[in-house]
Amino acid sequence: MKPAGIPIKGGAIELLKSPFTKFKFSATTLAASFAECSDTYGHQQSSYDFFQWVHVLVNIRSSMGGGRIVAGLLAPHPPHLVYAENPPQNEPSAECGWESLRWGYERLRKQLEDIDYDVIVILSPHWQTYIGTHFLGLKNFKSLSVDPIFPNLFRYHYDINIDVELAKMIHDEAELDGLSVRMMENPDFRVDYGTITSCHLTNPTWDKPIVSISSNRSVHYYSVEVMQEMMTKLGEATRKAIWKSGKKAVVISSNSLSHRHFVNESKVPEDMSKEHITNHSQYLWDMKMINMMKNGKTKELIEMMPEFTEQSVAETDGGALTWMLSSLDHPTYPATIHEYGTIIGTGNVIATWDTNDEKRKIQGVSEK
Amino acid sequence: MKEGEVVLGLLVPAHPHPLLCPEKNPGWARLREAYEQARMIIEESEAELVLVYSTLWTSIIGHQFQGLKEPEWIHVDQDFHYLGSMPYKFLIDTEFAEGLSNCANSRGLVSRVVAHQGFPIDTGTVVALSLLNPDNRLEAGICSSNIYSNRAETIVLGKSANDAIKKSGKKVAVVVVSSLSNRMFTEKINPHEDKIHSQKDDEWNSKILEFLDEGRLEDVSQLSREIHQQIRVQKVVAFKPMWWLAGVMGQHNNFAGKVHAYESVHGAGCAVVSLIPKLDDVGDKEYDEDDVEEYHGDRNVLESIEAENTNFEIDEEIPTIEEKISQEGRFSTSRAPKPVGAYPHARKVGDLLYLSGVGPRQSRSNAIPGGPVRDSLGKELDYNMKAQTIACIENVKTILEDSGSSIEDVVDITSFLIDMDRDFADYNSVYAEYFSEIQPTRTTLEISALPTPIAVEMKIIAKLNK
Repeated sequence: MKPAGIPIKGGAIELLKSPFTKFKFSATTLAASFAECSDTYGHQQSSYDFFQWVHVLVNIRSSMGGGRIVAGLLAPHPPHLVYAENPPQNEPSAECGWESLRWGYERLRKQLEDIDYDVIVILSPHWQTYIGTHFLGLKNFKSLSVDPIFPNLFRYHYDINIDVELAKMIHDEAELDGLSVRMMENPDFRVDYGTITSCHLTNPTWDKPIVSISSNRSVHYYSVEVMQEMMTKLGEATRKAIWKSGKKAVVISSNSLSHRHFVNESKVPEDMSKEHITNHSQYLWDMKMINMMKNGKTKELIEMMPEFTEQSVAETDGGALTWMLSSLDHPTYPATIHEYGTIIGTGNVIATWDTNDEKRKIQGVSEK
Repeated sequence: MKEGEVVLGLLVPAHPHPLLCPEKNPGWARLREAYEQARMIIEESEAELVLVYSTLWTSIIGHQFQGLKEPEWIHVDQDFHYLGSMPYKFLIDTEFAEGLSNCANSRGLVSRVVAHQGFPIDTGTVVALSLLNPDNRLEAGICSSNIYSNRAETIVLGKSANDAIKKSGKKVAVVVVSSLSNRMFTEKINPHEDKIHSQKDDEWNSKILEFLDEGRLEDVSQLSREIHQQIRVQKVVAFKPMWWLAGVMGQHNNFAGKVHAYESVHGAGCAVVSLIPKLDDVGDKEYDEDDVEEYHGDRNVLESIEAENTNFEIDEEIPTIEEKISQEGRFSTSRAPKPVGAYPHARKVGDLLYLSGVGPRQSRSNAIPGGPVRDSLGKELDYNMKAQTIACIENVKTILEDSGSSIEDVVDITSFLIDMDRDFADYNSVYAEYFSEIQPTRTTLEISALPTPIAVEMKIIAKLNK
């Protein structure tokens, strides 16, 4: 389709090539590109021509992909939260417990009701791989997940649909970027409880397919810095693949913050009189990280990550948060903090980064 | 019943390659053959039980023991899923699992038995039991490896297993599932390209195997920290299987060792080694680290009050009162806190029993119900006087009952408080609950400090039961 006689070239081509986060329909940017294209062509500019040109631009962009990440979530996965919810899928039952965090998840779910999405992409530290990053590669997994640490709390019957097409696209992009990757196609494979817990609490109806990504434990072999380098690349590959897929995706980092567990358990697991952060320094570190999230300082957060991870034995060592923030291109707008709370001594925050600029303006949340 | 014993120890690798695809690499095939040799040695040993400690079954809440009679599943490894599935059905000695948990608790450890269908048994255990005990000829026991446990705790866990074996009356083959050097290639490799990750790893593996071939288990156990520094991926948990093995088999070097195979699996050092106890020989040994019998480490981060609720089941023959009190009249009991000096818990003179000062510390954990009055740096802490007083009087009751007296026979009490103004009311109210009907004479004093970080101590004189 010809753009009303005015070519798409120069800066406009760059606009088309850019992944979704850089492709913004700012009037100023578009006008500048339009001016560049029309001047070169020697064409008289008019508002009609401009709108025609933009229309064509959008169509071309759409045919190139146009998928996008609509939200990034930090959704911790302690099985205690599912246990306390008493869903029919879980065998044990509880009287109560960890209500403030569960109410935080309720607020997150409420927020997601207003966000249109096709697929959840999740990275969990409880599928641990040492030889590269792996992706679930079959359409459905159905089995029983028993938590190896808290089998008394979590014995969950799951039935999960996988978006294999998108998983393969992320796999391929990551491979192109030089990462070691593998599709997991063994039908007997058991999905890890971290993935199940975060997905259940985010979307208990399980009506969206997921892409499940393993946690490459490069942090064990090398350092947090090496882990961050690899997960940043994986995040970029995820963003590109989602854009090419044309799908609207929610990306989930499934992890706690500070992660020094209690090493014994109360006789009544949901006895909230026993619940507190393991130590004060963990709490201070958690607050430092959350404040950076609240202030849109995700690049600073990434820079702080090695020290945070070492000092607070944080579950960020699994790479999920680094990956998720990279997939969002390190947002400079504030995260919505739904709740912070402790579970068996670990620090957990539930947070959302809504990528919709207009919605953030309406809600009064802007870039800082 | 005759005491049980360890008849054989084995070290075997955790990777699934010898089980799932030995044909793909000659080294993996040799490991498979060595596994078969180990299976035959178990058969020849007349073992009645196989006890597995796998470094791949990691626990956090203390130590876990498999307690389901017939766990059944189709297992798939998280990394090597493309090699295939591992269906299994094992036969567990559930009575032994319970006994093991009780023995671990008795030595101050936190433990529990897990018995849920579908509980994820780790790759290492699945591989080891599938190859060493393929037809479930023997019942099995499986214990976890706590990620936080250090040398002392792991050795105590091993000794707990030895206690349980003795009590079971069975001949047991113990198996540790672990690599030597554990650095794998982090990229895909073709099977024929497999080799030990580095020359340094290879040299250290050879050194360890030279020791084990000579039966020098304790020497390798004491080298564990150095081994971890030299050839283990640093941030993965400490190299601890030899601590456990020495704890259960005996901390010495009196074994007939044999290395059946040593090969690489995706870069890691994997070996099959057998160790058979020798009764007619004395191996050389050089201990450079303290031995430890009970675990006293701080594992209680919920509240110290938890400790007082813990009842340890001790299956021991209880001696008579006459057997317990020495000729000189001295008496001590393991159910009361250990004395902090050279004195007994009590001393009999005529028909009277004089107790040493008794505080609220717990006998095995040393925890102080109500919390200590100061931390290790001397900083003052808030504490619960009522909880301390209750624990103190309960300890008094224990000593009196174990020595043939009772709380009803108390005739005189001297109480020592470190802060009369703060604590007297709480102390007095608890005291009244126990002694208002007995009515012994009493003196209460304030003193500046007690030897341990406690707030109350009692000195008792009681009548002995006729």
